[in-house]
Amino acid sequence: MSEVNLNTYAKNTWCPGCGNFAILNAFKSAINELVNEGTPLENFVLVSGIGCHAKIVDYINMNSFYSLHGRVLPPAQAIKLADPKLKIIGFAGDGDAYGEGLEHLIFAAKRNIDITMIIHNNRVYGLTTGQYTPTSPEGFRGRSTPLGTKEMPINPLELMLASGATYLARGTSHGIDLLKRLFKEAILHKGFSLVDVLQVCVTYYNMYEYYDKHVYGLIDHNAGDFNQAMNKIREWDYNSEAPVALGTMYSRQADTFEDKFSAQGSVSTDKDQLITDFLRTAI
Amino acid sequence: MKDFSLLIGGKAGFGIDKSGLILAKIFNRLGFKIYIYRDYPSLIRGGHTFSIIRASVKKIATHRDKVDFVLALNQETIDLHRGRLKKDCLFIYDSDQSKDIAAVCGTGVSISAILKEENAPEIMRNTCIIGAFVKSAGIKREILEEVLRKEIPRDLELNLKVAFRGFEQAKELIKIEPLCNDPMPLISGNEAMGLGLVKAGLKNYLAYPMTPTSPVLHFLAELSEKYPIKVIHPESEISVALMALGFASMGQKSAVGTSGGGFCLMTEGVSFSGMGELPVVFIVGQRPGPSTGLPTYSAQTELNFVMSSGQGEFPRLVVAPGDAEEAYYWAGMSLNLAWKYQLPAFILSDKNMGEGIYSFDMNSAGNIEEEPGLKWGGAGEYKRYSLTKNGVSPLAFAPLKDQVIKINSYEHDEYGITIEDSETTILMQDKRLRKEQGLCKDLEKLAAVKVYGNKKSKTAILCWGSNKGVCIEAAEILNLKVIQPLVFSPFPVKQLQKAFAGVKKTIAVENNATGQLSGLVNSFDFKVDKKILKYDGRPFSLEELQSKIKRALK
Repeated sequence: MSEVNLNTYAKNTWCPGCGNFAILNAFKSAINELVNEGTPLENFVLVSGIGCHAKIVDYINMNSFYSLHGRVLPPAQAIKLADPKLKIIGFAGDGDAYGEGLEHLIFAAKRNIDITMIIHNNRVYGLTTGQYTPTSPEGFRGRSTPLGTKEMPINPLELMLASGATYLARGTSHGIDLLKRLFKEAILHKGFSLVDVLQVCVTYYNMYEYYDKHVYGLIDHNAGDFNQAMNKIREWDYNSEAPVALGTMYSRQADTFEDKFSAQGSVSTDKDQLITDFLRTAI
Repeated sequence: MKDFSLLIGGKAGFGIDKSGLILAKIFNRLGFKIYIYRDYPSLIRGGHTFSIIRASVKKIATHRDKVDFVLALNQETIDLHRGRLKKDCLFIYDSDQSKDIAAVCGTGVSISAILKEENAPEIMRNTCIIGAFVKSAGIKREILEEVLRKEIPRDLELNLKVAFRGFEQAKELIKIEPLCNDPMPLISGNEAMGLGLVKAGLKNYLAYPMTPTSPVLHFLAELSEKYPIKVIHPESEISVALMALGFASMGQKSAVGTSGGGFCLMTEGVSFSGMGELPVVFIVGQRPGPSTGLPTYSAQTELNFVMSSGQGEFPRLVVAPGDAEEAYYWAGMSLNLAWKYQLPAFILSDKNMGEGIYSFDMNSAGNIEEEPGLKWGGAGEYKRYSLTKNGVSPLAFAPLKDQVIKINSYEHDEYGITIEDSETTILMQDKRLRKEQGLCKDLEKLAAVKVYGNKKSKTAILCWGSNKGVCIEAAEILNLKVIQPLVFSPFPVKQLQKAFAGVKKTIAVENNATGQLSGLVNSFDFKVDKKILKYDGRPFSLEELQSKIKRALK
């Protein structure tokens, strides 16, 4: 296998020990394998939001669209619709995808558009220096909630399954091989896929020990079965002490949004004729 | 008759719009030029709705208060519009419903009875009353039939039957003599904008429904059934703006449409368009605010908002067309200039211009040639934000073999990689601002300011957008000059100076409460002496504006 150099000259500014490095390295290996298996490198477009996670597009020498906080999916979907042969990978943090951009996430899942979302879910705002996010546990003491949050976290995988996503998986930043496998699977899946990565923020919410104690790999799990997937997804609610399953939670095939669009018939491509015809009927 | 008006009114859901258009098309076939004003409340059924169809031998873009014909589909129409009637007006109503109308110079037609006898649905009151009007006005039955055959999509035969019954029952009272002109297309400002965008190479239109711009969405969605444009209605205006930016990054020309409230949600996308140099056309149809305001009425309140929307400093194009021809031309030019200079462009529309119906003359609208944009030549390594003399960087789009295309909302270097250093920050900010110089030069060659009326008059009416038509007519009667800026950013100082040459007194006419254009021209040292401001959501009628200008002249 020939190694594709995906590095840029941008200086990496993540904290030492940041879980983002695992995502970066696993992603680069996944891309290397995909390119070697025949997908042209130029056919990938990366889209990121704003936050620590988003710097990843500066660190990878591939087409990218460095979007706004919460706004990974609107441009990602447009790019897919503009050229359905492109492979679109969105990177977003938990604040980004599950907070500010939640409406887009639900709608992209509902449309089953062929895009892969990789969520750097560290359950804390890093770049804005330590506030709670939609997946922080109840009572989380952040800089905006010094007395602890008064609300439950959402279970993003449960929400995504209910919304119509056709591929759902979970990994952690302490398991690069699994991450690489999940990223590849998700990218090759035709339809809306999401990998929730329990990434660890060493500065504001260091969960390495907790995750290492609670995670286990899925075995004998039928990812094609909605009810089994829902049960596994509900095993841990991102709040209570419970086993945390890793691997492919759900996967099924369904029609995609972009295919329905390209099936839409176009009779004429002559715009002058179109305008003339319309004006004639307007008399 | 050289200039006459007809009002048709009834409850919302009665089909007033369609009937107004049918009547307009009948006058159109007689050779008259048309303008339709539509007035309707924000509800689906019930409530009073009316259209005023004005026909004239010359091109018009405004309505009059006084009308020559009233077609009353209910008693309310009679009660509400009594004041509009001229002395010798012709009034047609359902004699089965409205008995006590001695005070009105009316012609009753037993519409209810006809409908019952023909077993026709209520909606056909329209065709019946139109039939009666056609006879009363001395218009040939063949014209009525021709227009109905073209315009009625369902139950045509029954409609024709009902219309002819109305026709037969009425008596010819006057005669509208046909003119020798060919009929012209009757289109709305919204349709004109849609056509202009298509002509300039539009590939995608995105919108979340909002009055008064939803008709652009509906119109283009219908066109997309036979023409390869994608029309998308996403989850919110935030998504609308950001999707448009995604399409722009792929080289696909896109436009979005909304009103003030939806535009609030789009402003982060506006700013990104400026930073990412991703061209998008934003149609902002104005209506009275603040907040939800009067959703189905009109205003000119978003000039300041659009001019300064989005954080940071970046060049933009802001235009406000005043009628269907300008809507067509400037929609196309906005898309062209947005792509030539890779920046956001804004079309300020309003309910009166967008939903008003005009006789459209393509020959006078102006030619639009699709702007290809500056394409990358392919030599060396691609840099999305390469520094150039005029600030415009060559474009390339994914997938591009052995090259990487990076778009960035952060301040970035030429490759699109995030930077924070002082030197690059200044270089890139200057690069983006530099693009405005080229845009200014291009605009100097276009009619960014127009002058009408008595060009030698020392008194000028300053107006913009949909007030163009009413101001020109009033000024022609009062022998004054009219100055209409169509472009607001970059501000056409030179053209405006030329237009103001010799003017001693300026009266601004605007549909807002604070005089936003007056404020803008003041900041460029042009003086406004008096302001005529109307902000009840309704357009100026010709009579109203004439008397207000007379008062301002004293």
